Amino acid sequence: MSAVLTQPHPSRQRHSPGLWTLAWRRLKRDRVGMLCLVVVAFFLSLMVASYLGIVAGNWSNEVGISYANPLFLAGEENLEAAHMGSSASAAHIPVADLSAVDPLAPRYREWEERTARIQVTETPRAETLLLGGDKWGRDVLQKTIKGAETSIFVGLTAALLATIIGTGLGGLSGYMGGRIGDVLEWFYNVFTSIPYILLILSFAAVLRQGLDTIIFILACTGWTGIYRLVRSEYIKHASREYVKAAQAIGATHTRRMFVHILPNVSHVSLVQLSQHVVQFIKAEVILSFLGLGVPVDSVSWGTMLAEAQTELVIGKWWQLAAAGVSMAILVTAFSMLTDSLRDALDPKMK
Amino acid sequence: MSNMEQPLLQVRNLGVNFRLEGGTLFEAVKNISFEVPKNSTVALVGESGSGKSVSAMAVMRLLPRESAIVSAASEILFEGSDLLKLSDEGIRAVRGKDVSVIFQEPMSSLNPVFTVGDQIAEILCLHMGLSRAQAWRRAEELMHEVGIPDPGLRIKSFPHELSGGQQQRVMIAIAIACNPKLLIADEPTTALDVTIQKQILDLLASLQARHKMSVLFITHDLAVVGEIADHVVVMQNGEIKEKASAKQIFETPRDPYTKALLSCRPNVDERPMRLPVIADFLQAGGAARLKLEQRRRGYRDDDEIVLEVKNLSKHFRLKEGLFKSRDVAAVKDASFKLARGKTLGLVGESGSGKTTVGLTLMRLHESSGGEVLFDGVDLLKLSEADFMKYKRRIQIVFQNPYASLNPRFTVGQILMEPLTIHRLAAGNRQCIEMAMALLERVGLPEESFHKYPHEFSGGQRQRIAIARCLTMKPDVLICDESVSALDVSVQAQVLNLLQDLQDEYRMSYIFISHDLAVVKYISDQVMVMSDGDVIEVANSDDIYLNPQQEYTRQLLGSIPRGWQGN
Repeated sequence: MSAVLTQPHPSRQRHSPGLWTLAWRRLKRDRVGMLCLVVVAFFLSLMVASYLGIVAGNWSNEVGISYANPLFLAGEENLEAAHMGSSASAAHIPVADLSAVDPLAPRYREWEERTARIQVTETPRAETLLLGGDKWGRDVLQKTIKGAETSIFVGLTAALLATIIGTGLGGLSGYMGGRIGDVLEWFYNVFTSIPYILLILSFAAVLRQGLDTIIFILACTGWTGIYRLVRSEYIKHASREYVKAAQAIGATHTRRMFVHILPNVSHVSLVQLSQHVVQFIKAEVILSFLGLGVPVDSVSWGTMLAEAQTELVIGKWWQLAAAGVSMAILVTAFSMLTDSLRDALDPKMK
Repeated sequence: MSNMEQPLLQVRNLGVNFRLEGGTLFEAVKNISFEVPKNSTVALVGESGSGKSVSAMAVMRLLPRESAIVSAASEILFEGSDLLKLSDEGIRAVRGKDVSVIFQEPMSSLNPVFTVGDQIAEILCLHMGLSRAQAWRRAEELMHEVGIPDPGLRIKSFPHELSGGQQQRVMIAIAIACNPKLLIADEPTTALDVTIQKQILDLLASLQARHKMSVLFITHDLAVVGEIADHVVVMQNGEIKEKASAKQIFETPRDPYTKALLSCRPNVDERPMRLPVIADFLQAGGAARLKLEQRRRGYRDDDEIVLEVKNLSKHFRLKEGLFKSRDVAAVKDASFKLARGKTLGLVGESGSGKTTVGLTLMRLHESSGGEVLFDGVDLLKLSEADFMKYKRRIQIVFQNPYASLNPRFTVGQILMEPLTIHRLAAGNRQCIEMAMALLERVGLPEESFHKYPHEFSGGQRQRIAIARCLTMKPDVLICDESVSALDVSVQAQVLNLLQDLQDEYRMSYIFISHDLAVVKYISDQVMVMSDGDVIEVANSDDIYLNPQQEYTRQLLGSIPRGWQGN
């Protein structure tokens, strides 16, 4: 053996492309995957830009008339705005003279003069906005962008957390089996025996309202499915020969679990991640709808959809469309991207 | 047979292309022609990728429609009518009735949720128009005919309740249920033990004679061919290399490839220093069978003992119901010695506990008793940390090279992992150099370092697995069916490699295999196991020439002897 090893080998190595370089090369060849990557990257940068206040910083300003029409429906009749305008002007009609019975009557004039001195710059309210306005005349486009920030952040972080918890516990339970597996299975069974909504509500009731709470709730309740799938994959792989071979060369349990098996089951986690992002964006909608979601002073796609419910009755569909369409685009792009990612990460393909 | 009768099946200019990903075509079968005469057995022989199974599936029109393209010039004449021109309806009437198939894996060919009676009766109802009661009666007769004991009882069994051999018999019963004129047997005995293989071959031969049907027998094993076939078609890479009567193939082979196939398989009667490989024959231009220097084997009294196993036993605990459990002994009191630079062969049928011995002595299974003395230390009693030192000195090469390499690791990573775990190299640079040197030693090009396992063939992968073990310079190498999954020609190369490495590094091997010819070739001493018991341990020449135990005799008697010149 030494005869072979002491003889230095002329090193004519080429640069060795790693797993990620190869994956990136494969992904670049996948046109759909690249398109989805661009879409997702666009949404993510929008999220960051909105967080930094570069875009949609003034989303809460009431820039338009109530239910301002979108640009492409400029000519449409807007009964709500007209109604509100008429009720506002109605306030200026002088009321009947009550000075005889009203002790404050002599001061009215003075107060009116004083108020006149306060400068009120009434911004002219726009008749139409690019994607229309909501009840208070806020710009739906800006709301959508701001809402994207909240929703994507919640969906992505919660899904990441849930996937990490699910994969970690699932891997442990599937690989170790025995006592540890039993304990984790019991825990899982108890956890899943509680009705889902009840579990979410009880978490929400105990904790204060806020973004971090929603993320926590979703991650804590959403890991179960991932756990189950990853566990079964680990059970399957733990008895495979390549894991035995790793054991034979002296690889530790941790090494076998994470270095050997994890890359081979990562596609399950990845697909689950994408599905849970989608699911959690929707869950956030439900929570916000129930009033357990984002605080009242912020906006998410969920609150937008909740508002849209009443608007739809009076035919104002644009808020629903804006939130729904952007959600659909992101969700589709995201799941197709994870699909391509899975293929790209699999060295056996192509 | 050029005279009189028209052959039952004529395959003319058959070409099959497979559409690969990215639109490229792969020529699996290149314009081949052969015939299957009436009432005879034709063997289609070749290694993996030779196109033998594809040709047979083309006859049955069972190729996947989306990816397989049968060339327009192809003709498959069955009793004069072209099967390729039949409608879907028409071919369905032929399948199972005039032409039927038996596959390699009986367990996966039978539907696990139906009783075997149901499955035999189904085809009878379909093709013969029998009523259910008649079909069941006929099914029972068929099961009797294929030699299943107590068919009245067994007919209500589910497939998993039968042994592998019995399952294959059921498959044969289904295949012959409608008195087919042609039976296609696709590697029907490859997954079976050698004693069962013999029974199935005998059964097929007797059925062929009794039913006067023709058999198209597909196999990679020439020894089996010699036992059963009248005519042989040798295929390689989608082409027919030679077609002739069995007598001619075995006695005066003409094609170098046929000659190579005939001699690179170890033979129980001789033991050359190195096994000839296909390249030897192609270079020699198909010279007559080379006369080779013979190697002497056997333990000598002055051999240094590396590993001594005393009364090793292993029980598996099976759960029965909620609280009960039952111990099943996989290995009972196995004792043997392994000398430095020598090979101990472990043979036995499936379930005999031979693999368990290997896994238990390197602590991949926890033992239930006994001692494994290595350098005077009992390995089984060491703590996990203390055992780590010894771990690298006993290594294992697994059976399936497709499963034993992590698909997500490059070959470089695979080879360097043990070096880093055991800190055998100083720095990354030396690590890479050592891995490169080993790649060269096992005969793989340098570029392999950056490739993934799936880019290699089975034989190359097994070389990678061997190289991985060599990184740790083990004293003992356990080869668990390490060459069983490989083609004969590749098998010879890997066996030669193992032999060279043993000569070079004085490693000791424990060679576990069900293949008695291979074990005879490579072993100094042979241990025969059955049902967890050690039946016999002796020097390999002694055991093959003069077996002491009845079981050993029976086992040796079942080895396919190939052509016996009748």
